[in-house]
Amino acid sequence: MTTLLNVEDLVKNFGGLTAVSDVDMHLNDDELVALIGPNGAGKTTLFNLLTGVIVPSSGSITFRSNDGLIPLNGMKTYKIANLGMGRTFQNIRLFKELTVLDNVLIAMTANYKEGFLQSVFRSPKFYKTEARIRQDAIELLKIFGLQDDVDQLAKNLPYGIQRRLEIVRSLAMKPKILFLDEPAAGMNPEETADLTRLIRQVQRDFHITVLLIEHDMSLVMNLASRIYVLDHGSLLAEGTPTEIQQNDAVIKAYLGEEA
Amino acid sequence: MILKANLKYNICWLILMVAGFYLMNALILVGVIDSFLENMVVTIGINIILAVGLNLVIGFAGQFSLGHAGFMAVGAYATAIMISKTPTAGAFYLSIIVGVIVAIIAALIVGFPTLRLRGDYLAIATMGAAEIIRIIINNLKITNGPSGMFNIPQFATWPVVYIMVCVTTIIIVNFIHSRGGRAALAVREDEIAAESMGINVFKWKLAAFVLGAATAAVAGSMQASYLQTIAPSNFNIMESIAILIIVVLGGVGSITGTFVAATILGVVDAALQNFGALRMVIYALVLILIMIFKPSGIMGSKELSFKRLFNRKNKKVGAKS
Repeated sequence: MTTLLNVEDLVKNFGGLTAVSDVDMHLNDDELVALIGPNGAGKTTLFNLLTGVIVPSSGSITFRSNDGLIPLNGMKTYKIANLGMGRTFQNIRLFKELTVLDNVLIAMTANYKEGFLQSVFRSPKFYKTEARIRQDAIELLKIFGLQDDVDQLAKNLPYGIQRRLEIVRSLAMKPKILFLDEPAAGMNPEETADLTRLIRQVQRDFHITVLLIEHDMSLVMNLASRIYVLDHGSLLAEGTPTEIQQNDAVIKAYLGEEA
Repeated sequence: MILKANLKYNICWLILMVAGFYLMNALILVGVIDSFLENMVVTIGINIILAVGLNLVIGFAGQFSLGHAGFMAVGAYATAIMISKTPTAGAFYLSIIVGVIVAIIAALIVGFPTLRLRGDYLAIATMGAAEIIRIIINNLKITNGPSGMFNIPQFATWPVVYIMVCVTTIIIVNFIHSRGGRAALAVREDEIAAESMGINVFKWKLAAFVLGAATAAVAGSMQASYLQTIAPSNFNIMESIAILIIVVLGGVGSITGTFVAATILGVVDAALQNFGALRMVIYALVLILIMIFKPSGIMGSKELSFKRLFNRKNKKVGAKS
């Protein structure tokens, strides 16, 4: 098992507030890791640091690609994304006014080429490329049971389906690591169970590493092989689900001091 | 299969364009369209080129630019200077290309710093950039300063303008429905999400902005050679706003709407020629009324699509049988 992403001494200060302090973590090939912690613990900030949306104050993030180790500190978000990091957002960020198909096609932008003259003057090659990537997108949508909604506008989809489409969209980038930010937020137990199955299926079939933020403990304990617990910006514990369930510091952080 | 299906729609568009050309031709031969109406049609055509380009920037890439007239001025002066010196058709077509290239360079220079801004800030910055272009032209010798240029040879007859409307529209519409266009739409919808999907937001913003500027230069060339006289005051902030009005009135994000709005405004403008001072009042009232009853513009974000028309027809036939 090799390390795909390595984080050392990561710090992020917002003015006087330390949102993330001295976090060390690593993600291995082909594993499902969960990141949990109380509200305001800095989970989403950590996600944003890892995907380059915000720049770390200090510390290092390194990604192992086929051409060796690449430091991600300060790299542009889209470049990090194109290295193979897909993500979803806590408050769904679909391209709302566009169709389901366009949402997926947009995520594939970096995976194919179309010359300007080629697309403006519609060479036969343009039609072939378009047909091929459309086919790829529809195949992917089929896996998630969204093939009947391809021409729907994303904003018209039900909430649960929107969450699902966001996962499809990030998978269309052919990522090596998938960051899921509270995928089960606002879902009922039935939908959550459905989603749990889906995430496991995705992780297994696509052979990708998944890092998951979630508050729903049934989902986390079911899925994750390892769990990181974050509290007040620093790492409280790391371990398997059973270890975390018995960890005193974690219980204290979630339930408070014993009376 | 795919090629054939697309060929059908493309042929439909081609027929529409050729039919429009011959209709216009016939109406001029019969005498229905006199020189006054021809002038109106050409003005509408030039406005369509301008507004389609601006709609790409505002409606599809979501960047609120108010500097379109500046790029138009670049094209207009490139053509005016070149064909005043060598009045040949060859020089005219070369001047269009030169205008486009200069406008692209200007758009890159303007776009690099300003496209990092958003919304109102971008509008003000692009407006300032257009003013800089206008003031440079105002102070150069080669452009004949504030008095402008006269007796520019007329190569841009109505068929030339008609063809340019078709070509620029095809380029922009095809761009919108390709990889780059989709990336630009993603930028409009949500920059953070687009960036996280691996899209170089700045690059695609700039691409749309530059393409819009290039077509504005073409429109400028047409105007200079059709009207045969230009002055820096033709390209001030009011011209940029006039183009913006067409885009907003037709529907931000609808190329069909831009065509409809440019035509309506062109006709209203021509019809009110005899009303003197009342003209601008009526013109303004038309704008206010449309904005009250259809705030998203005449077409909203809908487009005329042969694909959809065919599909609808097929559905109806299917329902009957």
